[in-house]
Amino acid sequence: MQLSNNALAFVYLVSGALFILGLNRLSHPSTARHGNFYAITGMILAIVATLLHPAVESYTFIVPAIIVGAIIGIVVALRIQMAAMPQLVAMLHSFVGLAAVLVAVGTYLSHAHEGTLTVIFMTEVFVGAFIGAITFTGSLIAFGKLQGLVTAAPVAYIGQHWLNLMLGLAMLGFGLYFAINGHFVSLLIMIGIALLLGVLLIIPIGGADMPVIISMLNSYSGWAAAATGFTLENKLLIITGALVGFCGAILSYIMCKAMNRSFISVILGGFGTGDAADESGVAAATQKGVKSSSVEDAAFILLNASKVIIVPGYGMAVAQAQHALKELVERLEDKGVEVKFAIHPVAGRMPGHMNVLLAEADVPYDLVFGMDEINPEFNSADVALVVGANDVTNPAAKRDRASPIYGMPILDVDKAKHVFFIKRSMRPGYAGIDNLLFYQDNCSLLFGDAKEVCEKTVAELKAA
Amino acid sequence: MSELMVALYVFVLACFIGYWVIWNVTPSLHTPLISLTNAISGIIIVGALLVAGFDEMGVIGTVIGFCAVLLASINIFGGFLVTQRMLRMFKKKKKAG
Repeated sequence: MQLSNNALAFVYLVSGALFILGLNRLSHPSTARHGNFYAITGMILAIVATLLHPAVESYTFIVPAIIVGAIIGIVVALRIQMAAMPQLVAMLHSFVGLAAVLVAVGTYLSHAHEGTLTVIFMTEVFVGAFIGAITFTGSLIAFGKLQGLVTAAPVAYIGQHWLNLMLGLAMLGFGLYFAINGHFVSLLIMIGIALLLGVLLIIPIGGADMPVIISMLNSYSGWAAAATGFTLENKLLIITGALVGFCGAILSYIMCKAMNRSFISVILGGFGTGDAADESGVAAATQKGVKSSSVEDAAFILLNASKVIIVPGYGMAVAQAQHALKELVERLEDKGVEVKFAIHPVAGRMPGHMNVLLAEADVPYDLVFGMDEINPEFNSADVALVVGANDVTNPAAKRDRASPIYGMPILDVDKAKHVFFIKRSMRPGYAGIDNLLFYQDNCSLLFGDAKEVCEKTVAELKAA
Repeated sequence: MSELMVALYVFVLACFIGYWVIWNVTPSLHTPLISLTNAISGIIIVGALLVAGFDEMGVIGTVIGFCAVLLASINIFGGFLVTQRMLRMFKKKKKAG
């Protein structure tokens, strides 16, 4: 069976509609799984229809490529830990980028073979290849930073932005020369520069801005797909690319807003130290006039509370404390304590990271609230328990005009009657700023690994 | 209207749809949203199939096509499966009793 052009276009239209419906279903957790099925159906239709089109002349290399790709994809998807989702996502973005480069070059070669090159077509090839190349290496660097292979601290040197500008102009020059003259070597040089630019654009950005980077590269991968759609005159690729491009753009906007930073300042980089010297916790704390508390005292106060709000952060992910935390919640609920979770939009290393970790530990999603919903409730909470979050709870964002995070919306943890802050050491958060919360009378620190502290607290609650 | 203009129409209208659809997504599902967009970005496979399935391309073209199909397939299978895994974990509180 072979499909006509119109039949193929019609199937693509159906696929595009299914993708839109699929994304639309993510508006609520109860319908979200249908959304995934819609999108899967759309994908299968599109692939089968393409395979049946006469332009695909042989399956010799296609079938093994799909099988190998499927095996790798399935194994990775089944094995990946939820805490490592940002790394997986960064990796998948880089694949889209590289695929866009390959398709651009491949399509150019096939058109050159048939002698159907035009300036418009070659401009499209150029645009698709450069966005793809930047997405590819940029995502690899983001992956490296998340995985700890590349330093998470911003890398800065003199003339950084000028160098990037010069490279950008050179890339544009070679690209246009290729588009006008069809000079293949210029295309390859242009791709080389774009690959370098992808690295240089991401290395100055610090670990604190990871949620923005992930969102931004998500957007780039979408635009790369859309540009490929222009090259191939394929409307489905254009639609999908635009959807993904906007997805990343909107998430970047939400993340920047939640940090009170402009997108430009994130791109220029240099924010956050990424790491600071470890001090011994308790000693440093007493020196600075910070109270620390024992697990026994914390358990006692938790038990006598009527309402507890838990604030998880990246530290929870690192310590894999979500399961212990879930048990703590169950214990408290058994004793009639009302427990809720409060999530800051930039908690974790990617948008929505904390929600997935809590869901993994079987915490029902109706106990989990976003910043705007939960903030008015801290006033009436007896205990706020902060697990591995830091900058997003720092009242300096409201009170200290000199603070680099001044103006950032925070969770109003300081308004709760008691605050317990689980922390490994007196080391500051990613932004490298001291947390004013620690010096408040109602705040006590619980020093230790988040998971161990939660487990000990659970043991205390059991004993009580 | 040229082919480029038609493509531009589709692109701009799709951008508007994207804008409204994505704002509608609940923030608690932002991670699955990103992995789902990872998966549907794999639609670039249709371009890769055309390159890989074009017979007269020579060795270089074939290698390029093979790699592109491979990468896109990893995105599709990996992206959809990991999204499914995550969405399955989101559960409502069971009524006590």
